[in-house]
Amino acid sequence: MPDILILTETENGIPHSSAGELIAAGRKLANVLGNNVCSVIMEELEETSYETLIQLGADKVYVTSHPELSNGNIDAFVSSLEQICIQKKPTIILTSRTYLGRNVGSRIAYRLGSGIAQDCIDVSVDEETSRVIVTRPVYGGNAIAKFIFTQDDPQVIILRLKAFEINEVDPNRTGSIEKLNIELDEQAIKINMIETVKEESAGIKLEDAPVIIAGGRGLGGPEPFKQLEKLANIFNGAVGASRAVCDAGWVDHSFQIGLTGKQVAPDIYITIGISGASQHMAGCLGSKNIIAINNDPDANIFKDASYGVVGDWEKILPSFTETIQNLLES
Amino acid sequence: MGLKIVVCAKQVIDPDAPSASFKINQANLSIMPPEGIPPVVNGFCENAVEAALKIKDSVPGTTVTVISIGSSFVLDVIKKPLSMGADQIILVEDQNIENADPFSTTKILSATIKTIPDFDLIICGQQASDWDNAHVPMGISETLKIPCLNSAKEISIDEETIIVKSSISDGYISLKSRLPALVTVNNEIGEPRYPTLKGIMQASRKTPEKLTLEDIHLAQSDISPKMSLLSLSIPISNSQCEILEGETDADSGKLLALKLREDKII
Repeated sequence: MPDILILTETENGIPHSSAGELIAAGRKLANVLGNNVCSVIMEELEETSYETLIQLGADKVYVTSHPELSNGNIDAFVSSLEQICIQKKPTIILTSRTYLGRNVGSRIAYRLGSGIAQDCIDVSVDEETSRVIVTRPVYGGNAIAKFIFTQDDPQVIILRLKAFEINEVDPNRTGSIEKLNIELDEQAIKINMIETVKEESAGIKLEDAPVIIAGGRGLGGPEPFKQLEKLANIFNGAVGASRAVCDAGWVDHSFQIGLTGKQVAPDIYITIGISGASQHMAGCLGSKNIIAINNDPDANIFKDASYGVVGDWEKILPSFTETIQNLLES
Repeated sequence: MGLKIVVCAKQVIDPDAPSASFKINQANLSIMPPEGIPPVVNGFCENAVEAALKIKDSVPGTTVTVISIGSSFVLDVIKKPLSMGADQIILVEDQNIENADPFSTTKILSATIKTIPDFDLIICGQQASDWDNAHVPMGISETLKIPCLNSAKEISIDEETIIVKSSISDGYISLKSRLPALVTVNNEIGEPRYPTLKGIMQASRKTPEKLTLEDIHLAQSDISPKMSLLSLSIPISNSQCEILEGETDADSGKLLALKLREDKII
């Protein structure tokens, strides 16, 4: 039976958290189709990492490596995956909607002549044809579409981060590990990676923050973001922003949350002066609790929030912050 | 000797139209254009035009050709890149394009680009605000077998090479390749410039070059979908929002915090 390949990303020498999400999605499909779920890793890791992937639900781990892969060169990833696909002829490839996943996922499908489903929030199998059906938001999240793949393999599915829950680790699961050889020649690599520059923002990364305070156009300018920072610090959280505010130059684009920009799923997402347009909500709907402060009672945000205050943020925020501070200190 | 730049642009339903105005045509599984709201050039495509014009500003002799494919163009809308400063526009208009899936779009755009000899650079918006596929530009680069440099927030270019700062979540990666190449951009590349009066006048005097599928050597049979749309629906929000209201806004702020504690959110 053809494989279900999982493009497994790594970070600091261990599988990235998205790996578990992809394996869970792969398992959902494999439980119907019967194929093996095979985690593809493009660098050598410790044995325990491979075991973890198997315990999360993979049946096999394919490992390959090359200096250009360690550099993170996308051309190298596409070419390596192409060679693996020629060897293994998978029916499905799952990647995450990360920088690596969406670039490699899209390009491998074109390279092999098959279809791509972008930003999927769910997958299932069509009873009649056994082809994959995907559910994905379109029109900036204003509509939800279901697509089915036609006949060409591999069916490439790019999964939204945190759309799938990671399965429980099963310490009794076993599987196999296979080292694969790939070759990369000059023709394969058209892009030079000159350098990677991390622009460290102080404090916790948005994607990891348990609490996010997000500011929008209603704040009127960059100055108010200091107040958001103060509130975020009380929570040990982070500050985010709508796209409009980033485009206006009030904060750096790294703060942008939305369909384009970062997608986050914190425990608490507090919005201040954000109207709640679909494209922004696409970035934060995974949050456990959305709390909105806006002076427009008809703002879209109140349709998605669980708690809200309608009024002037300049008067609401200071007393909210002070009360929170007192509650958390006591 | 300037650079020859091609920019892909798409006419889309205005994404800033109110959410409530998005209605589905169940007969052909499409979103109906909202009443009274004209279509626009896709936002990131305008950013792509801006990126091309920034290069034109700094490299004398550079030309910017915009190409667009669609089934029913509104000329006033699709000519906007000309008003911004692009030199010419090529339109491929065909009824069948209305339901074209992204793989067909890639084929048609690639075939159109092939009619432009000796281009140096293709710039595309990272994704279109209708179907949000975000992969057609990569498909074009694979079809034309040229390097693909994505999410460029800054571009430096000379006659033979291009260097971009490709945006990642916590910084950027500097990428370099030879020309010809394809670059995608999003809002980080910079706000699109407003059309000037001079630009609008010049644009009004320009006629788009119109091509058919036959002109670009494609037959209907060349275009077959890889995905099929099964259903389209408007998401229903299930959450009930509890609004806290005090005597003053300051009171409301306090009540909100207390409520979050009461419900054990914090």
